[in-house]
Amino acid sequence: MSRIKTALLALAASAAMAAPAFAQDFAITNATLATGEVREPIPNANVVVRGGQVVAAGPNVPVPADIRVIDGTGMWVTPGLFSPLTDLGLWDVAAVEESNDRSAGRSPFSAALDFSVAINPANQHILSSRAGGVTRASVIGYPSGSIFAGQGAIIDLGADRDVVTRPRAFQMVAIGETGGRLAGGSRVAAHALLRNALREARDFGARSGIRGGELRPGNVRTGDDLPLDPRVADDATDRGTDVELSRFDAAALVPVVNGSQPLYVQVDRAADILAALALKEEFAALDLVLVGAAEGWMVAERIAAAGVPVIAAALLDLPERFEQLASTQSNIGRMVDAGVTVAIGPFMDMEQPRYAPQYAGNLVGLSRLDGATGLSWGEAFAAITSIPAQISGQGGRSGVLAPGAHGDAVLWDGDPLEISSAPVRVFIDGVEQPLDNHQTRLRERYRDLDESQLPKAYVH
Amino acid sequence: MKIVDSMKRAGASLAVIAMAGAVSACATTGSETPRSASANDAVPYASTYRAYPGAPTALVGATVFDGAGGRIENGTVLFENGEIVAVGDAGLAVPAGYTRIDGTGKFVTPGIIDIHSHLGDYPSPSVDAHSDGNEATAPTTPNVWAEHSVWPQDPGFSRALANGGVTALQILPGSANLMGGRSVTLKNVPSRTVQGMKFPGAPYGLKMACGENPKRVYGSRGRIPSTRMGNFAVNRQTWIEAQEYAAGDRKDRDLGKETLAGVLDGDILIHNHCYRADEMALVMDMAKEFGYRVSAFHHAVESYKIGDLLRENDVCSAIWADWWGFKMEAYDGIPENAALLQNAGACVVIHSDDQNGIQRLNQEAAKAQADGRRMGIDISDAEVIRWLTLNPAKAMGIDAMTGSLQSGKMADVVLWNGDPLSVYSRPEKVWIDGALMYDARDPARRPVSDFELGQPGEGDFK
Repeated sequence: MSRIKTALLALAASAAMAAPAFAQDFAITNATLATGEVREPIPNANVVVRGGQVVAAGPNVPVPADIRVIDGTGMWVTPGLFSPLTDLGLWDVAAVEESNDRSAGRSPFSAALDFSVAINPANQHILSSRAGGVTRASVIGYPSGSIFAGQGAIIDLGADRDVVTRPRAFQMVAIGETGGRLAGGSRVAAHALLRNALREARDFGARSGIRGGELRPGNVRTGDDLPLDPRVADDATDRGTDVELSRFDAAALVPVVNGSQPLYVQVDRAADILAALALKEEFAALDLVLVGAAEGWMVAERIAAAGVPVIAAALLDLPERFEQLASTQSNIGRMVDAGVTVAIGPFMDMEQPRYAPQYAGNLVGLSRLDGATGLSWGEAFAAITSIPAQISGQGGRSGVLAPGAHGDAVLWDGDPLEISSAPVRVFIDGVEQPLDNHQTRLRERYRDLDESQLPKAYVH
Repeated sequence: MKIVDSMKRAGASLAVIAMAGAVSACATTGSETPRSASANDAVPYASTYRAYPGAPTALVGATVFDGAGGRIENGTVLFENGEIVAVGDAGLAVPAGYTRIDGTGKFVTPGIIDIHSHLGDYPSPSVDAHSDGNEATAPTTPNVWAEHSVWPQDPGFSRALANGGVTALQILPGSANLMGGRSVTLKNVPSRTVQGMKFPGAPYGLKMACGENPKRVYGSRGRIPSTRMGNFAVNRQTWIEAQEYAAGDRKDRDLGKETLAGVLDGDILIHNHCYRADEMALVMDMAKEFGYRVSAFHHAVESYKIGDLLRENDVCSAIWADWWGFKMEAYDGIPENAALLQNAGACVVIHSDDQNGIQRLNQEAAKAQADGRRMGIDISDAEVIRWLTLNPAKAMGIDAMTGSLQSGKMADVVLWNGDPLSVYSRPEKVWIDGALMYDARDPARRPVSDFELGQPGEGDFK
């Protein structure tokens, strides 16, 4: 308790300053190390963090004499989990509409919606996820008024006011059953709407001279690497008469059509996946990421050949929709075997980001069953750390314990993929994080039910 | 996640078990016919389920969790003719003619039981034409029966069997209504008809719902109930009328009142969707007012606040491990709910309410156990397995027939390829009434629903 209070006080005193300024230098020693890369865990390893960054991680890493040492004996040390496609910070209570910024079905805007402005770092779901070892995430809401969800952001889950590390990091569009419904009742409409939007954006970008940002990667938030928001560029461009998109939405799609902002495409059916990949024949610069891909295993070679990464649910195995008839828990294993880069996700709504290790662990369990295809331990852990970071443009900086990466380290009381394990300590940018929240406070208040002296309301 | 809370729709000691196992005459011990069995058989749409053939089987060398809190290392489980014959340690002799299955390094539990499922009523694919779980046209519909909505071809049943080891489950109507209708308990055995799945002798339940759902559904239509006090007013008036009906000659058929009279008679069990502690306390007083019992509160995310009351009233809490925050009344859910309840001496049941969660009830229980351990509440693995087996069986009124590995009970048995409380383990074989209904290594023992035939993914390892 006192450790947490101290941390909170320190944070309160320093809220205006950047997190790395408060990073502590430390070494975690003699722990089992999972680096986040595709490799099996390494016993008896050390991790050294200085100035908010990882300096070294491995079995024979020397521990500097002057550094604070955290004994990791009997524990595991890993990078923080990277949660791809979450709605963290966008809602307090899903069914309490006024607390929920995930959908904007009555907005006049679509692709222009920028979710970075609504992410609340004090949100309880962020606090709970942090206690679950999640240190970074990409955040976006749902496609609601249009096939375009809008622009998602990259965040860290540190207990400070600076939650967004990269706004407008990607755009998302739905073109399967959901996209068809939103576009006017048919996949045909979704495809027409998408193509027209990209065409208008290309045309608008060319006429207005909007560059639409720098190319990936290089997406560290140092200030000058962040592209200007093309939506607010002043211009007097004549857009012609055949215009379906508002100027704001068209400007937002300029970086997409230029390939400088990735386009996440929600598709599940094998045929829809191929239709999504085919978009690159018409718009060659598109930087695609598939989201969903429940039937991805059926066209895995084609996805691999296209070099398009996938964010897929680990355990979907029911034909919950007609576009998911062939869903199986072996989907990710089969895609990985075919050479596809796959992260486990999304983590929206009831899918809490801190469930990621359980899902990854299930895929390891699956690999031990004849006839099923799962992942090795190293592959599974990478699918919730380095791979989602890489897909999110944060490769090498997040989701790994490697020199130069963010000092995001999690110390676990056991194998992180085992459901009985949990984080003991969490560091983000080298700063030790408080792990308490509304739920832990309730737990302590109701540890016993004794009200003989005063009501529970006085226990705090 | 298709159905958030369905809006969208006592234990024998090891010694006793070993003794009972040694004498086959004890096979009927504990199989007292439940009070409602005759009522169930007398009603229309009676069960036509019959156990499939099975070989006399000996599971040898596994760690056995008996479901009643017992654990046997290097155990032996014998079953024949659909019934558990004996459970014991390595000293238990395997009779001649038994098929011996080596369980070394593996685990055996009773079949997993889900007390809260909507499989069949909200089946996959989840299309409007399949939305059969909420008769949301009146705030009380005790006249409807969930079994009349069950689509036996829901592919979800097979996933619950194969990945979850689920051998019995209660299908409940949804929670739009204060009184949603009768539940039905099924054997998780594929059938052309729902009658072919009905658990013989299982009592009926009545689904009730507190809180946000009924008041939102009917309040939005400008009718009572639009508030929590409205919820109670409608419930109490309905119970008053049910009492009058029950006290009469009952000659005038009234489907709803017959169900309510069954509750007042103690033949139909109340399964009450309720999140908030304060509301559960009010419901327990309403039950006293009208002379019925609540068997279990379902979803019960705030049970930990009133573990003492729940223990005193002998009401189980059927809960998720750690769902919370999706609706206002779920905002105070905590992962230590199960452990705190167990610590208070109250009954814990882990439930799914979800076609995916039902495939991993064992993992949910393991999570809840670990969350307890971290706050200093140590609950043994064997006790945690009870949350998925004997406790739900008790709350569903089928504990005399299944829910634990006790001689004379139904041979509903799961052989796991590892510790069922580990994320890495899966069911390897599942028997229902002694018949092998799933074998992970044998595609011929993997059910495929009519819906899946000739479609992508048919017969795949799901």
